[in-house]
Amino acid sequence: MANLPEKLRLEIVTPDRLLFSGEVDEVSVPGVQGYLGILPGHAPLLSELKIGEIMLRQGDRRVYFFCSWGFLEVLPDRVSVLAEIAERPDEIDVSRAQQAKDRAEKRLKSKDPETDFNRAKVALERALIRLQVAGKAGVGRLGAGS
Amino acid sequence: MPNLRDVRRRIRSVRNIQKTTRAMKFVSASKLKRAQDRVVAARPYANRMLAVLNSLILRVENKEHPLLKRRGSGRILLVVITGDKGLCGAFNSNIVKAGVAFLNEHSQAELALTAIGKKGYDYFKRRPYEMREQYINIMGKLEYGEAKRIADFIIRQYGSEALDEVYVVYNEFKSVIRQRVVVERLLPIGEIAGLGMNGSAQLEYLYEDKPQVIFDHLLPRHVEVQLFRAMLESAASEHGARMTAMDAATTNAKEMIDRLTLNMNRIRQASITKEIIEIVSGANALAE
Repeated sequence: MANLPEKLRLEIVTPDRLLFSGEVDEVSVPGVQGYLGILPGHAPLLSELKIGEIMLRQGDRRVYFFCSWGFLEVLPDRVSVLAEIAERPDEIDVSRAQQAKDRAEKRLKSKDPETDFNRAKVALERALIRLQVAGKAGVGRLGAGS
Repeated sequence: MPNLRDVRRRIRSVRNIQKTTRAMKFVSASKLKRAQDRVVAARPYANRMLAVLNSLILRVENKEHPLLKRRGSGRILLVVITGDKGLCGAFNSNIVKAGVAFLNEHSQAELALTAIGKKGYDYFKRRPYEMREQYINIMGKLEYGEAKRIADFIIRQYGSEALDEVYVVYNEFKSVIRQRVVVERLLPIGEIAGLGMNGSAQLEYLYEDKPQVIFDHLLPRHVEVQLFRAMLESAASEHGARMTAMDAATTNAKEMIDRLTLNMNRIRQASITKEIIEIVSGANALAE
């Protein structure tokens, strides 16, 4: 296995920008069938992504991103994530996510037959993951400082 | 001969206009820079998507996706992308002209319009065409979500077979001083294969889902990206056009001020000469 690449070149792009580009040791993404962990030397793979968090590891440092629908292209030394929405933890508007969560929960509890449950469920999931990723911003910074 | 005070007033007002046009030029220049950056920033996503679509199209058995299928051209939707504001030279009128030409060319079909930008809407709402949707004041702060919403609406109409073809007319950003009006077909999606063929397109991938599923999900996204790109190009072109127009206006104002100043000096001199003649002839009359 002498010719396995040691690092992965990761690019996270959204329709408006290049969010991340750099070398990483490991990346984990929310595939449609569940989370996928990718290490250097992975076989070429294509997958759709759903709402979830993208984790990348550089040495001991872990960075998290929020991601809502996208897709993933894996080559042995290169990973491209094309996310429709992707945000850094510090970009997430926590109060807005909290509001969205409350709103979605209320909607899911309501007995109104008009309620679009699927939409509310997606909104709730999105809000929950946003809060989760935003929460990790603090943890990451603390960890790096100590 | 005009009054000296009138000419002075005129010069002052032209000078004020010049200040405004110059300020607008600088504002457009900085907005242009940002809009250009966004066009560039949107490219990686669109390119990778094309590459993936290209590699997928070789592997899916069923290429009969509704968004790819031609159904003739009985009912056509034209998406007109203009700016929301004027003062940008022929930017908006070029689009409107191209739009009218397109509509005349396809007059045998059942036509409908969707306007993105106020100027196009203002023009076409008074004409005998069906205005399906209009999106006003979104070009200033353009977001992908907006393009997605519009594209989804169009795709839904197309999917329910209420439309056979969808075209977009917009200004393509060539350079700061050059825009090109283009009419592009958005739906049905034409040839994807061959557009962005590169090394990775030939690779054999593992798929989490069936290629068909990914392919079917990607196609509408491709349409969204295309529309988003057209809107970004149009926004950049608008700022470029406005910058050029305001630059020309500033130059014209300068010329006008020069001409008026010359005129003013002539009037002043004439009135001084007149006064001297009056004094001299008065003195002469006394001497006699």
